[in-house]
This record gives sequence, structure tokens and C-alpha cells, in this order.
Amino acid sequence: MTGTTAPAVGVRAPGASTSVATSANSRPGRSAARLVWWLVFIVAVVYFVLPLFATFAFSLRARPDFAAYTNTFKDPQFFRSLAYSGIVAVITIIASIAIIVPTAYWVRFRLPRIRPIVEFVTLLPFVIPPVILVFGLIRTYSRPPLPLAGSDFGSHILLIAAYTVLSFPYMYRSVDAGLRSIDVRTLTEAAQSQGAGWLRIIWAVILPNLRVSLLAGAFLTLAIVIGEYTIASFLARPAFGPYLSLLGRDKAYEPAAVSLISFGLTWIAMGLIAVIGRGPRNRVQVTGAR
Amino acid sequence: MTTAAAPGIARDVPSARPGRRRTWSWIGLVPFFAFAILFMILPVWFLIAGSFQNKTGAVTLDNYTNLQQELIFNAYANSIEISLVTAIAGGIFGFLLAYAIVQGGLPGFVTAGVLTWSGVASNFAGVPLALAFTFTLGFQGLVTRFLLDTFGIQIYTRGGFNLYTKLGLEIVYLYFQLPLMVLIIAPAIRALRPEWREAAENLGASTRQYWRRVALPILLPTILGTIVLLFGNAFGAQATAYQLTVGQVNIVTNLISAQISGDVLHDPGLGYAMAMGMVVIMAISITGYILLQRRAERWQR
Repeated sequence: MTGTTAPAVGVRAPGASTSVATSANSRPGRSAARLVWWLVFIVAVVYFVLPLFATFAFSLRARPDFAAYTNTFKDPQFFRSLAYSGIVAVITIIASIAIIVPTAYWVRFRLPRIRPIVEFVTLLPFVIPPVILVFGLIRTYSRPPLPLAGSDFGSHILLIAAYTVLSFPYMYRSVDAGLRSIDVRTLTEAAQSQGAGWLRIIWAVILPNLRVSLLAGAFLTLAIVIGEYTIASFLARPAFGPYLSLLGRDKAYEPAAVSLISFGLTWIAMGLIAVIGRGPRNRVQVTGAR
Repeated sequence: MTTAAAPGIARDVPSARPGRRRTWSWIGLVPFFAFAILFMILPVWFLIAGSFQNKTGAVTLDNYTNLQQELIFNAYANSIEISLVTAIAGGIFGFLLAYAIVQGGLPGFVTAGVLTWSGVASNFAGVPLALAFTFTLGFQGLVTRFLLDTFGIQIYTRGGFNLYTKLGLEIVYLYFQLPLMVLIIAPAIRALRPEWREAAENLGASTRQYWRRVALPILLPTILGTIVLLFGNAFGAQATAYQLTVGQVNIVTNLISAQISGDVLHDPGLGYAMAMGMVVIMAISITGYILLQRRAERWQR
């Protein structure tokens, strides 16, 4: 892009001769460079595709043909764990939205002074790895006054709560970016002049306008929750991650099939984010199923 | 929140200085802070408090001095080594790949494809990733068998290779490290303005001079910041390592996992101190990233 304009402007410079010389030299150099960049790309493709290809090839070794897949789809545990993780993901997303949207709205319009504190808290899950979070949760809630980890129901709650915490960083940023892009102040004033209360403003005015941000945050949460292993396994929940882990130890070919399905689910979730378009600028996240 | 809905105060709500007149505008933040305290701060506080207590409950610093014992020290050393190696390797290769797709003259669909792929791959980690590499480079893996059948090379005996070691973990971690680097660095490379290069060339700068004096100084905060972030990303990884090595490689997350399930250190306080050590290292890493990123953003407007 830059290369073509360089010789034309180069003439004015005192060091014109060298400048022209370099750009002239770089003509064959450029195509050589392009070859290098293609090479970098191809090496990356090999590194990234090989494990997936190997997993696929391995899954096909099962006899009879496609047995790894048919066995998987015959396994009630597969669907049960997937359904469990799906339901947990949906509840997590709802909880996260219910907590973050009013908070982000409030911080933006009522208490901007407290923004650094809220931002700091929403960033904490990056500092506290899942294994530490679940460590603390188990120790804290294994004893009175709130022995949640001792019961099945309590453990479901802890799992969802932990995932909700994990979703805070990108849900907050996503919603905050969304609030910035719409004229919330005017919308709020318009709604208030019609006599709407705060809850109604958030439900009927803000939420619909945040659709894109919320969907982006939701799919990211989904991608992380669906395959999460660490927290689910320590809380002994019948989730998809622990199921796959166990399968990996017990069976030969089925884990390959389920791994690919899991990858496909990640792909779908991230693809949906790409499809709905202008998601949060900063999609990067470092928590979740590492 | 319901009080705030009272009609009387509605008119002053979107004022320029919000929350000034009413001392309890904080009430809208109660659900958020209550949740965060209950399910994040309190559990971590429990670990912090426990890390300063000995077995009888008396206040002590022993747990932190005991972190020096061999098992724990080695776990930290291994974790730091793996994180450093994968952060730097992922940083370098990720930068090259990002540069290739943004400035390397590759067709547009390649650029878009790599970026979308990076979004997915940076999220593809944990159990399925560990399994995928087992099928690739494990004892019976596709590549392992291919090398044996085609070239007669048994990498596990002759090459001394083993997937279920530090080296293996590093190869696997790169699968999510590299795409993360691409995702963060690609916009920064794109933000390098053509004018800067033209200006440099006008002044007679060679390509190398342009890189050394202009491009690298601009990109450096982003590059360093991302490498620091990648470090934390690898340091906190548990599922991938646990699945791949069945907890056998001595790294911090494996040791903490064992401590959670069975108090392998025979000292709860020591386990809490180890957890806090991890949080401190993560905090340094994330803070470093944020500070460097803030510096980097000057050039990305």
C-alpha cells in the first residue's frame, strides 16, 4: 500500500538518491518479502489445522464406519451434559445481563465518580484464575453460615455464580461500549417525559438498544461456559467439560468426535459474534476454559 | 432501585453532576457489589486470611516463607518457564502472522479468515485442545505414527520427545497464545499510518531505520503489553495442563488442583499462600498489560 507512493514523494528529500535507491531495490525485495509472509501464513495454517485434522482422522478409525459419532449420539450422558452446560450458560447470561446492565447504566449516568472502582472489580476475574476462584468458593461455602457446596442445588448456584463472575469483564465492557454508542441521555429524557420509571427505562428503552452488545457478550459467555472444565469439575457438576475429560480417559475414539463437536460449538458461538457485527471492540478475553 | 423510580426525582436524574443532590444514588450499585463480594471478594478474602494463619489459627507469615520448599518452588519455576516461553514464542510468531496478514500483501480473504480464526482458536482451549494434541503428537498420534511409518523415526524414543512434559505443554499452549497475540497486535499494526513511513522515507530512512526508529517504538508498548498478558494467560491455565498431563507435571495449577481435592501439602495455610502467590503474579501481569496498553493507545486514535 505504502510502497507505490514512496518514489514519487522521495524526490523532495535531501537524501533523495538513497530514498529512490531503496525503493528501487525493494521492488524485487517486495515480492521476496511477500513470499516470506505467505510462508509464515502457511506454517501457521499447518500448525492450526493439523491437530484438528488429526482429531478428525482419529475419530474415523473407529469401526464400523463413523462409530465414534454414532456411539456419541447414542450416549445419553453426552446430551445430558451438553444440556446441563447449555442451561447453565443461559442462566449465567441472564444473571450477568441483569447485574451488569443496570450497573453500567447507573455508573454512566448517576455515579461516574465510582467508575474506576466498578471497572476494577469487573477486571478482577482476569487476576483471579478460575482454579483460585473455585478454591475460594469451595472453602468459603463448605461451612456455615452458607454451606452451598454441600448440596446439589447449592453447587449449581455456586457454578452459575462463578461463571457470572467470569463473564463480568467482557459483559461490562461490551455493555459500556454499547451505552457509549447510543444517545442514552436523550432516550432517557424522552422516556422520563413520558413518565417511565427506571426499571421501565432499562427494560423498554435501554435493553433493546443494546441488543448487539448484549448478544456479543452472551455468545462469548456461551463459548466459555459450554466447555469449561476447572470450576465444573471441582464442584462435581455433570457439565460438558468434565464429561469430555472423563471420556478422554475411558474411551479411544469417541473423545475425538466430541472434541470436534466442542470445537464446532466454539466456532458457532464466535461465528455468531462475527455475524451480528460490531461487537465489543475489545473481544479479547483471558478467562474461561483454559 | 425502586426508590429511584419515584416520580419526584425524575427530572434531575440526567443532570451534569449526577448523584450530587441525593446521597443514596449508590443504591443502584448494590446488586453488583453484593454479587461481587459474595462470589468473588469473600472467597478470595478467605484464601488471603487463611494464608496468614497456621494450623492452630494463629497469625503467621510462615506459609509464605514455606513457599520456598522444593516442591512448591519448582512448581512456580515450571509455571513461570512455560508461561515465559509460550508468551515470547507466541508473541513473536503472533506478530509475524499479524504482520503477514495486515501488511504482507496477502489477499483480503486471508486477512479476514485469519482474524476470525484467531477469535475462535483463542477460545479453543482446555480439555478438547489437550485431546486434539494427544491425537496429533501423543504416543499413537497422527504425526507420531506418520513419522514412524514414513521415515522410521520414533520421536518418543529417538527424538526424546514427550507430549506430556513441559515442552509438550508449551506446544499446546501456543495454540491459544498465538491467536490472542494476533487479535491484539493486528489492529496496532493496522494503525501504523502510511504517512509515517512516507515521512521516514522522505528523510532518507532505510526500511531498517524506519523499523528501528519509528514502527517498533510505536508498537513496542503493545507488543510488550500483549506478551505480559500472554504470560498471565498461560500462567492461569488449568484445564489444558490437567487433562494433558493428568496432573503429573509439577506446575502451580496442577499443584493447587491437588491441594483442593486432597490437601497434598498437608497444610491448608500453605495451600492458601500458594494460591495467593498465583494471584499476585496474575495481578502483576494484568496491571502491566493495562499500563502498557494505555501507553500504546496514544498512537491508535
